[in-house]
Formats: sequence, C-alpha cells, structure tokens
Amino acid sequence: MPSLGADMEAGTLVQWLKRPGDALKRGDIIAVVDTQKGAIEIEVFEDGVLEKVVIQPGEKVPVGTVLALIRDSEIAAAPAPAVARAPAVSPAVVPVPTVVPGPAATPFPAAGRLRASPAARKRAEGLGVDLARVTGTGPEGAITSADVERAAKSVTATLREAGAPPARAGMRTAIAAAMSRAKREIPHYYLATSIDMFAAQRWLRAENEKRPVADRLLMIAPLLKAVATALRELPELNGHWIDGAFHPGAGVHIGCAIALRGGGLVAPAVHDADRKDVSTLMREVSDLVARARAGSLRSSELTDATITITNLGDQGVDAGFGIIYPPQVALVGFGRVQERPWVVAGTIEVRPVMTVTLSADHRASDGHRGGIFLSAIDRLLQKPEEL
Amino acid sequence: MKTTYREALRSALREALAKDPRVFLMGEDVGRYGGTYAVSKGLLAEFGPERIRDTPLSESTFVGAGIGAALGGMRPIVEVMTVNFSLLALDQIVNNAATIRHMSGGQFSIPLVIRMATGAGRQLAAQHAHSLEGWYAHIPGIRVVTPATLEDARGMLWTALEDPDPVLIFEHQTLYNMEGTLDGEGPVDIDRAAIRRPGKDVTVITYGANLWKTLEAAEMLAREGIDIEVIDLRTLRPLDMTTIIGSVQKTRRAAVVDEGWKSGSLSAEIAARIVETAFYDLDAPIARVCTAEVPIPYPKHLEDAALPQPHSIATAVRQVLARA
Repeated sequence: MPSLGADMEAGTLVQWLKRPGDALKRGDIIAVVDTQKGAIEIEVFEDGVLEKVVIQPGEKVPVGTVLALIRDSEIAAAPAPAVARAPAVSPAVVPVPTVVPGPAATPFPAAGRLRASPAARKRAEGLGVDLARVTGTGPEGAITSADVERAAKSVTATLREAGAPPARAGMRTAIAAAMSRAKREIPHYYLATSIDMFAAQRWLRAENEKRPVADRLLMIAPLLKAVATALRELPELNGHWIDGAFHPGAGVHIGCAIALRGGGLVAPAVHDADRKDVSTLMREVSDLVARARAGSLRSSELTDATITITNLGDQGVDAGFGIIYPPQVALVGFGRVQERPWVVAGTIEVRPVMTVTLSADHRASDGHRGGIFLSAIDRLLQKPEEL
Repeated sequence: MKTTYREALRSALREALAKDPRVFLMGEDVGRYGGTYAVSKGLLAEFGPERIRDTPLSESTFVGAGIGAALGGMRPIVEVMTVNFSLLALDQIVNNAATIRHMSGGQFSIPLVIRMATGAGRQLAAQHAHSLEGWYAHIPGIRVVTPATLEDARGMLWTALEDPDPVLIFEHQTLYNMEGTLDGEGPVDIDRAAIRRPGKDVTVITYGANLWKTLEAAEMLAREGIDIEVIDLRTLRPLDMTTIIGSVQKTRRAAVVDEGWKSGSLSAEIAARIVETAFYDLDAPIARVCTAEVPIPYPKHLEDAALPQPHSIATAVRQVLARA
C-alpha cells in the first residue's frame, strides 16, 4: 500500500485492474485504492509480471502492506508441474479415432480483445463502468452483466463507506493533520512581490488569437512555466525536508492545489514542468483538474510533488500566503490580476498587476533566496514568449 | 384422471371422430392392427372402416389422398408411422399441402392433420428413429406441433383440426407409455410456448420428450443451486419468440436442447433468432445440446450416448454459467 501523502496511514483496495499473469509495464495502472483523498489509481514502477494478488478488494490495510507480488520479467515463473507424457499405446489397444462433430469442438482463438458479454457491455455503458477494470466470471473469463453490477456496487460501496459526507469528513481530517503538522514543524517565512502582467497578458491574447478554441491558454500555463523555470535557479525551494535534511527533488514536479466540488482539495503534480512547453502544461493542468474532480488521480501524481502552487485570484483574493504541504519546503500563491496605477519609466500607467507570494521553509532556504526566486518569476513573466 | 400419453391421444381422436362427421383417420395399420403404437386400438370397432381406414404401404399415396379429402371438405387425420417414412410423402407435404393455398390465390385450403412418431430412445435404429421435425419447421404453409405433456396430447388434435391449413403433429415415440394425471380434457392452444419450470439463471429451450430430460437436469442443477427456466416450445412453426425472448431477457443466458442434429437445425434457428433480437441481453454464448452427428445407433449404450441426456444438458448449463 503506497503512501499517497504524508498524512495517509491506511488505504482500502477498491479494485484490481490487472490479473495474475498479466504483463506490467512501468507506469501501468494496476489497482484503485480508496484514501481520504478519494479513489486513487496505483501505478507500478517497474516492468514485470503480476505474480500474485495478496490483498483482496474491500480490504483496508496500513501503508507499507504488500498488495501484490510482481515478478521481474527476466526471472522465470515458478516451474509449472511437469506435463506427464502420454503413455505409450499398448500394441493390443487399437486407438479409437475420435469423431469430431463439426467445428464446435475446436474453440476459435480469442481475438485478443477484452471478453465481455453483450449484456455486460450494455450494462457497463449504463452504469458508467470501465470494463477494463472488471474481473470476469463468465465462460472463458468473460465479463458478465453481474460482474459489471458487482464492480459498480463495490466502487459505490467503497465510496459510500468513506463516502459523500463521510469522505469529505475524511478529507477534512487529512487536511487538518497535514496542515497542523506543517504549522507545528515548518518554520515558515512569507514573501510577496507585485508583478506587472502587461507583457504576459498581451502575449497570452496574441497567442490565443492564433489558436483554435480547444488549444487556448489560461494564465496559469505561463505562470506554471515561470515557477518551474525559476526553480531551476533556486533548487533549494524544490524538494522535500525529511529527517532533518533537505532532499532536492529529482525533477520539478509542481503540485497544483485543486478545490473539489463539495469541499476539500487535492494537489496533484504536473511532472517535470520545467521541461514541458506552455501548451503541454495547459493540457496537463486541465486534465489534472478534470481527473481530480472525477476522482481518478494516479498515485505518483499525489506523492511526487516537489512544490505546490495555489491560485486564489479567481476568487478575488489579492494575495494568498499558503501553508506548505509537508514534506515539501515551499508554496507559491497567485493573487488576482488587478488594474492598478503603476509607474512605468517615470510615468503612471494603468497596468494589470498580480501579487505572487512565497511561503517557504526556513530550514531549507532563507528569505534572501526566496526573494531572488520571486524576482526570477517576475523577470521571466516579462518575456513570456521565451518561456 | 390417471392416464397415459397414448390414451390421451386416443381419447382426442375419439372425441374428434364423435364431434365432427367430416373427421376420419387413415394410415398404415391404424385399423385392424390398432396402430403401430396402438394409439387407434379399438377405434375401428367403435367407428367402422369408413372412418378408420387402413392404407397400402405408400406414404405418398395416402398423404396425397388426405390432401384430396381435405380439399373436398373432409377433416382427415393421416397417421404416418415414423418421420423417417414421411420422407416418401415429402412431395405431397411440401409441394402440395403447404403450397395449395398460395398457388390457388387463397381459393383452396388444406385442413389436414398429419400425425407421426419421431425420435429415438427405443433401439429402433437409424431408419426409424430420427428427429426430422425441424426440417418441416423450415416450410412456410404448415404448422408443426410437438405435444410433450398429457394435456397437449389430449388437447392439440382438436385445435389442429380447426386450423384451415395443414398441421403436423409429432409424437415422440418414448412418450406413448408415459403415465400421469390429466386434469381437464379441453382443447389447448397451438400458438404459444409454455414455461414448464420458472427459473432465473439460464433459459433452456426444448420440446417433446427432451422436455422431461431437461426437467430432470433442472432437478440435478437445483441441488447445485442453479435455477433454470425450462421452455417447452410446443409449436415449432411458427416459433413463439415472445416467450423465448422474454425469458432470455430475464436470465441473460440460453441453451437449446434439440434431438435433431446441430447442423442446419431448429436449434440453430432458435439461437440465431435470440442473437438477432436479444444480443445485448446475452451474458454468455448460447449452448446447444443436440444429437451426435451420426445416424442413430442401434446398441443401447451407443444410442444413449448419441442423444441429449440429463447429464449432458446439465453440463451445458454449467458451461453457460462458467460453473463447469
């Protein structure tokens, strides 16, 4: 059972998406686990073959419990029992030729696609169940409508168990634990910088005029890219504080705080944000928001973040000073873009201005470096076309 | 009333002969011998040689004579000894009886009833024991019925006689000695299939003597917690698809038990129609339990092995449920 956040102690296995014998590739989603953050998809991190499932759907187990055994693909499977050779036919026995009535006796090879009965397919459509996640009990392992109904029920049951109001209560508890820990353990310092967003807005407008509606950008995309790029200059803000020492992040994985409908929030990561272009970042953030609200986030997205951003500008907030999500060491907050009188080259102009804040862990960095980080963001946003 | 299938058939014949002077019985050995399966025993004495007529051993002749009599306003009941022998009269049945209404532009109809024995199980070997009723069910213009119960043996004949078009009644030869209690002597419909055992897990469709093998399989399966619904088709043409599809939509699984061979069979027709109409209700491939594709063997153990049996029906049902 992977830890899907510093505050997670246990999880309930909802469903296996792979069966013993299935080949696994790094990145495959093999199971769904229900946590206080909702149902999370669990990925594997190495190639191999699913040897054995240890924990059954419905079981709640502590973090660290073995869920399944994965055999390295290079190690041979446990030897199958030797096939007994056919005994030699005694010469006295005349073998009787078997009469094969018609073609029915030899089953046609499977077409290599998912085996689900027509009724199961119809039912799955009605219930919104993904057949790839259902274990079949019908002839030749085919998925039947009853399997689909069972799968639908198990998901709803698990969700209900930790369910609607209780789920929110669970998430509340999780947020409470993480934030209390942050305020208890992390000596925060807070910085704020107001940034002239004129160049960024002009660039965004021009860029969007060239793009089809579906590919248009929101301001969050260049902001994300600016944070990611600035973090390369200030690596001490990007990583984790664990056991009294700072561990720099292996990549720039930016957690995006996403408010969930009905309350609570999650902060899944956009991986390697510094190495992706603005369009890719836009797509990934949209995808994360949609999946966070649909409750289908992946385990790595919940555990890998090396820094978090929060954007409360849409709510009209001028500046937000967030609480760091442990064991991360920094959090960047974006306020709203607001037209203000602004001095540009000695004259007062009306400019769109945004306040960017940094909450940082003083154990890992100092205010001096934090200030450089915010200025770097400012500098980068003045040349958005270079992002 | 305690009775047998044979007595129920005879009682139906007697009632028809008594009620309608246009009705007469004709066939090989139906008179003096009392019928190959003793169905018409005693009727010659009761109704006389005008109405219980022995015929020469020529199926084409006496079936043709029956068609002529029907055209002439009579209500003939023709007995053909077995379905195998009826092949000699195929021309009369398929080319004449089934088509005259159509060929005459509706001016003539053939209110003819042909009774014949069908099926295996009594060691009568390959020339007396085949199940070819599915062939007849292929032909537009005739109705094919298969009484499996005492009620149907007693009640189908009169309804068939009232039909203005030819009706073929197939009596499975293992049923003649079947005993039981018969409540009510009235005519029964020949349009609808009957659910002989309601169940929820698999719809098993059958007819004739295989109804009883299927019900035996149902008992075996019930002990394993499998609850099958057994449909007795009763009428093979036209098929009552309403009853079949309604049941399959409930159980989502179907098996067909048919003593005919699989290839080009009635079981194939039923399976195809289920797939055509209820594909999205199916949870498993449709199973068929049919006779092995061999001429019916004479030795008892081989004959048993060739035919659908309760255990093979139960096995097929378990496979459909993936409980094999």
